[in-house]
Amino acid sequence: MNFGFTDDQQAIKRTAREFLKERYPAATVRRLAEEERGFTEEQWQEVAELGWPGVIVPEDSDGLGLGTVELVVIAEEMGYALAPTPWFSTTAATLMLVAAGTEAQRERWLGALARGEARGTLAVWDEHAGWAPDHSELEPDADGKLTATKIAVPDAGSADFLIISGADGRHWLIEASDSGVRISPEEAIDPTRKLFRVELSRAAAEPLQGAGEAIARAYATVVTMLAAENVGVGQRAMEMAVTYAKDRAQFDRPIGSYQAVSHRCAQMLLEVEGSRSLCYWAAWALDHEPDTGPRAGSMAKAYAGDAGFRVTASALQVHGGIGFTYEHDLHFFLKRAHANAHAFGDSRWHRDRVADLAGL
Amino acid sequence: MDLTLSPAEEAFRDELRGWLEANHPGREPAGDDAAFEFRRVWQRKLHDAGWAGLSWPEEYGGRGATLVEQAIFNEEMVRARTPSVANVLGLAMGGPTVIAHGTEEQRKRFLPAILSAEEIWCQGFSEPGAGSDLASLKTRAVRDGDEWVVTGQKVWTTFAHHAKWCMMVARTDPEAAKHKGLTYFLMDMEQDAVQVRPLRQITGESEFNELFIEEARVPKENIVGREGEGWAVAITTLMHERATLAFGLQVSVQIALRELIETAGNARGLNGAVASEDPVIRQRLAQLLIESEVLRLNAYRGLSAIMRGGVPGPEGSLGKWHWSEVNQSLTELAMEIAGPRAMLSASDGNWSYRFLRARANSIEGGTTEILKNIVAERVLGLPRMR
Repeated sequence: MNFGFTDDQQAIKRTAREFLKERYPAATVRRLAEEERGFTEEQWQEVAELGWPGVIVPEDSDGLGLGTVELVVIAEEMGYALAPTPWFSTTAATLMLVAAGTEAQRERWLGALARGEARGTLAVWDEHAGWAPDHSELEPDADGKLTATKIAVPDAGSADFLIISGADGRHWLIEASDSGVRISPEEAIDPTRKLFRVELSRAAAEPLQGAGEAIARAYATVVTMLAAENVGVGQRAMEMAVTYAKDRAQFDRPIGSYQAVSHRCAQMLLEVEGSRSLCYWAAWALDHEPDTGPRAGSMAKAYAGDAGFRVTASALQVHGGIGFTYEHDLHFFLKRAHANAHAFGDSRWHRDRVADLAGL
Repeated sequence: MDLTLSPAEEAFRDELRGWLEANHPGREPAGDDAAFEFRRVWQRKLHDAGWAGLSWPEEYGGRGATLVEQAIFNEEMVRARTPSVANVLGLAMGGPTVIAHGTEEQRKRFLPAILSAEEIWCQGFSEPGAGSDLASLKTRAVRDGDEWVVTGQKVWTTFAHHAKWCMMVARTDPEAAKHKGLTYFLMDMEQDAVQVRPLRQITGESEFNELFIEEARVPKENIVGREGEGWAVAITTLMHERATLAFGLQVSVQIALRELIETAGNARGLNGAVASEDPVIRQRLAQLLIESEVLRLNAYRGLSAIMRGGVPGPEGSLGKWHWSEVNQSLTELAMEIAGPRAMLSASDGNWSYRFLRARANSIEGGTTEILKNIVAERVLGLPRMR
């Protein structure tokens, strides 16, 4: 029994913290936030050299063959740095292929994904979608081609292929270069993760083949990564708030000496640490306890979704007026936390799943 | 990360599980005295089988169990829904304090009777004028030859009416600075100079007491630690209260939540539908499932941090505070599920009582406000408010 990281996991965490701090300082994040694509090919190659796109790709496909705990370690640091890279979206697509790709799909893509030569993304929301991320009304045409619109697809503009969800839990792989695919940028609240609208008009689609359970586990991993991002986002926002509360003086005292402010900061710690415990547990369970994994993932997502937004909003309140300015970096964290809370099932949807899985 | 148990730990768990199946004492009887006697018998049974004072060194009657074994023990107690033991404060606070700061004679004298529930312990820290600001306490102890003479008043003294020993902090040097002039005593409750008056709580029962101490005698061998160093010893007691009890507390929340889910499955909600199928109730039960999982995981993380570095991580300071919030919202939800029965004292599953009792959770053992101060100042490094 050890609720802590192994030496190797610690090393990944340290590398991630240092690399991201060095390459994605606030000024860089801010500049990339203004751009349509959100990253450069050189930046992506640096990420690829660290092996991160292949964390969960088997070693015989040039990946690192690691697990969800390692994904979560990196995702947390990605959130902490708020690095605008397509690592999350391409990892989400990779998870789907590892879980449910056909032999040919895995052969064609996994190695290229692991080496950083190709990127994918995951498109789940129909144009008129409701709250449930696993509900789609998309049916293929009689000849297997797809005609549909998907919204809020992360990094679709720079992806080589898209995994598309459809009715009854079916999924397809579509190549972005197909003539039936039209991808246009959407204006996202969180400018550090680029969202796109994907319009398919009789696009050629190859079905995935995996079992529902494997796909459910891949989704649980995706939401655990987002929860982990929110741990990093919340941690950073809390640190910003605490630093500010120590420095900023009003009525001749640091504002952090007032309990109205210090107790707010203590609450941030409670929520960040709670999110962290759930995320690490969910990651471990997804690798080692298949029965617990999906419930743990939904618990982490629901809690960290709420906590991420509350902590960043509270940090903004501690900053007062300056926190409301575009010039201050805090709003980027608030926006990421907010977007993550609503991506791949909001807290309410995941709580409902927790209730289902608990037999309620 | 590895949250699985080793073969030795699994063996420990299986042994305990088997023992609990064979020896579960059943439900606690009603009435304060009957319930207390029941708990005393239960603790003795645990002790005879070697399950009391699990973490204590073997030479003092403990089992020298690892932290993981203690955690397993607590979890198995939940699974089996066992009742409480009689000497909660002696086991969780008094014993560990004597082990940490006591003399060899004190350990030999006091520890066995704590384990066997022969001598029940209570805690005399708080006073009418010294609650959160504990170090401002005024109870005086004056030396008289080989004895100390204690005069003052203590309050919120749980189990005082059953107790033989009181862990008590008194002021021995009124000239010294607030935290410096205090000494930690073990006071015999069986003397006329100590009067116990039950305090009636909002629940109607009297779990707490007031102590009126009028020239009580304490022999000098019953000082724990040194004269004037009572504050440091008291902090040890409080740390054990928050750490050890916290692990048990998260367990009790899980038992309660399981019961509440059962209750909700049998209760009628809107328009006669089953309460647990109401979407709002489902959301709130799910949130409680999540929060109780956080309590459990934080306790385990704290355990791992202690095993690695000897000190609890930041999550260690959060347990008691978070538990009180979770337990309060759990019992509040129980009242909503009870519907009109929320107006009645006698409710299925004793929820009305638990609802009222939970109001004390954010006060007893350190108010939430004080715990937030501790987190803000010691973990986050924010400036002190004073």
